[in-house]
Amino acid sequence: MSESSEIKHSIERRDVLKALMLAPVAGAMLASTGCAWVSESNKQPTRWTRLPTQYSYARTDVEKQRDAELFAETFFREHELVTIAVLCDIILPSDHENGGALAAGLPDFVEFMAKDREHYKLPLRGGVAWLDNYSLDNFGARFVEADIEQQLAICDAIAYPDVQDEALQPGIAFFSLMRNMTLTGYYTTELGFRDLGYVGNTPNIWDGVPDEVLARHGKTYDAEWLTKCVDQSRRNITAEWDDEMNLIT
Amino acid sequence: MADKEYDIIVVGSGAGGGMATYQLANAGLTVALVEAGGFYDPAADEQRTQLRNPWESPRRGASTRRRPFGDYNACIGGWDLDGEPYTQKGDTEFMWWRGRMLGGRTNHWGRISLRFGPLDFKRRDIDGLGENWPIGYEDVKPYYDKVDKLIGVFGSNEGLYNDPDGFFLPAPKPRLHELYYIDGARKLNVPVYPARKSMLTKRINDQRGVCYYCGQCSRACSIHADFSSSTALIYPALRGGKVDLYTDSMVREVITDASGKATGVSYINKKDKKEYALKGRIVVLAASACSSARILLNSKSAQHENGLGNSSGHVGRYLHDSTGASRAAFLPELMNRDIYNEDGVGGMHVYTPWWLENAALDFPRGYHLEIGGGMGMPSYGFGFAANQYNEYLGKRVGGYGNGLRDDIRRFYGARLSIACRGESVPQFDNYCELDPTVVDEWGIPVLRFNYQWTDYEINQAKHMQDSMEALLEASGGILLGDKPGVERNYGLAKPGEIIHEVGTTRMGLDPKTSVTNEFGQLHDANNVFVVDAGTFVSQADKNPTWTILALSWRASDYIAEQMKQQNI
Repeated sequence: MSESSEIKHSIERRDVLKALMLAPVAGAMLASTGCAWVSESNKQPTRWTRLPTQYSYARTDVEKQRDAELFAETFFREHELVTIAVLCDIILPSDHENGGALAAGLPDFVEFMAKDREHYKLPLRGGVAWLDNYSLDNFGARFVEADIEQQLAICDAIAYPDVQDEALQPGIAFFSLMRNMTLTGYYTTELGFRDLGYVGNTPNIWDGVPDEVLARHGKTYDAEWLTKCVDQSRRNITAEWDDEMNLIT
Repeated sequence: MADKEYDIIVVGSGAGGGMATYQLANAGLTVALVEAGGFYDPAADEQRTQLRNPWESPRRGASTRRRPFGDYNACIGGWDLDGEPYTQKGDTEFMWWRGRMLGGRTNHWGRISLRFGPLDFKRRDIDGLGENWPIGYEDVKPYYDKVDKLIGVFGSNEGLYNDPDGFFLPAPKPRLHELYYIDGARKLNVPVYPARKSMLTKRINDQRGVCYYCGQCSRACSIHADFSSSTALIYPALRGGKVDLYTDSMVREVITDASGKATGVSYINKKDKKEYALKGRIVVLAASACSSARILLNSKSAQHENGLGNSSGHVGRYLHDSTGASRAAFLPELMNRDIYNEDGVGGMHVYTPWWLENAALDFPRGYHLEIGGGMGMPSYGFGFAANQYNEYLGKRVGGYGNGLRDDIRRFYGARLSIACRGESVPQFDNYCELDPTVVDEWGIPVLRFNYQWTDYEINQAKHMQDSMEALLEASGGILLGDKPGVERNYGLAKPGEIIHEVGTTRMGLDPKTSVTNEFGQLHDANNVFVVDAGTFVSQADKNPTWTILALSWRASDYIAEQMKQQNI
């Protein structure tokens, strides 16, 4: 995709985003707690699915207490959080059938992880500040108040780790961190599972690689190996052996 | 129950303690099972992490200090416990993992269940290093056989001399990346076989379920289809009515009388913070190699000035862990692969046991290879460096936008990894001892570690790296990351990091150079036994659990027999 079409694409995306403000956010799992976050500091309201602040996932008492303390804390200032939201939205846009970073509640996830992992706090806070400094130097406005074309020009400058320009290295490090957070935060939601086509994490019976997949990869199971493998039709028959260590059931 | 005198007090509920409890209670003896952590059953929904989706955790399964292997890992414990420190001497970097729960570390282990072979008990005869065990494979074989049948282990009989056959359940079929490994290994004439692991691919009784292939054994199984001490041994023992379970009970010392024999243990109830005593005719320590050593060293009396069982000064000595190193590769042939459920059992379906002769190599002792890869469930960390493999395709790394979705999809599951686990040579100078000044929050002196790898392990790690490179490339992989060189000990894991620490109360014939006899019975007090991996004379290139179970059963039979004969 050429740079100009990328920008045009993104402008269309922003229109879609505006439309999203009026419609329920995609992703039933997260939308149940969805509500709007409208920043006065941002020219264009940005909203995202709010993530739950109550979780039940087999914690010990001290773990429960730790989570509660993290949720009671607020780390990012509003401007920082909105900047993260705009950046996440550029990294994984909303104009997709499986939703994007905002539908997956990315800003809330980044906020939580920053509190959970102390070593993220400074790179994230400092990264947002660097982004604003760079944007002010080049376009006379902070990142979220710059035009979409200007925002994308900044991202183009810092989105590729092979760029050698020393002055850009802090921005490149920050963008890489934000790309990691955005993708991990998205693909660990129901939206991300759908986007990937993930089908595991459920009781099933493993009976080997499907035949058509084996064929596609030019692989076969050799007959001798298969004699050592479980016959799934007999899995519920209680195991018995003869004295020579042979399974006989 | 304070005035009750038990026949047996078992300290610790992991593999060794679970087996001793099960066997001794079944022999009709009354047992107090004392565990420093809380009750645990993965079948209880409030303790179930299995089959949870990543978004059920606010950190999406990321690790924490309290769950170093991730939010959903079953093990409550870790390297760094609240209020229970340990210290290091000099530049030692020993990592000590402790489980604090019913079943201990058997709740999260890899279930790799390998018998030691005939050579593994007699290494000194082969290379002149370390010490022979006072027993041989023929002594332990009947117990391995019984453990196989009682607990269940899949695998295959291959007739390998030092990787003996067993009573195996059938193995799961290899996954696609494992087929690539099999072909790669065969090209290099490296053998590869079905893995040997204690998950029930077939029913063994009416109490435990049959594996439903979620691949999450590390989260503990809610249908009890994998082995953990609690699900396979302790719950059945509790149902027999002979066992009283004391949880959240931290044993401080073994109490001895004027004759030097044990009369029970003292412990701190973590709930009310008070100290209590339990009376017993026999004390069986199974708190883990280092924790049992710590209890013995803290059990000082006029009769046992250096700590119980330590007249030889050998308690804590010969501490050793498995060696470990790993490497990964990008497998281009698995790009854009078909997506289907290949969760299988937790971890590998195939493995390579040690296949070379050390006489031709510059290090003693071998290692086995564990194979990893596949289309795992996304959790925290998934998508990091999403398109780093672009550099091998002549495409640019980085960027943003919906194209990242294609990158994620293209590279999903296109990875093959190998982890090596090997045998180190036990050293007298690698040991744990009591720190002279530091205590834990219960006021109990803590352990201080002294441990350095030798050239034996470092040279072995170098060989591991060469083997992994050759095998990954033969499998069609493009190696990832740099090959660690001598400056990083060839990627050799820190001591303790593989969580196979053994040897601190080793068994032997000579009371001057060993702590227990072949049954784990202290030379210095005949009614105190050790049934964890502390008694191991050497580790073998095998995971220790199956041998802990076999030796604990063997010790339990001996205890019951000796009590019947009124010898103890």
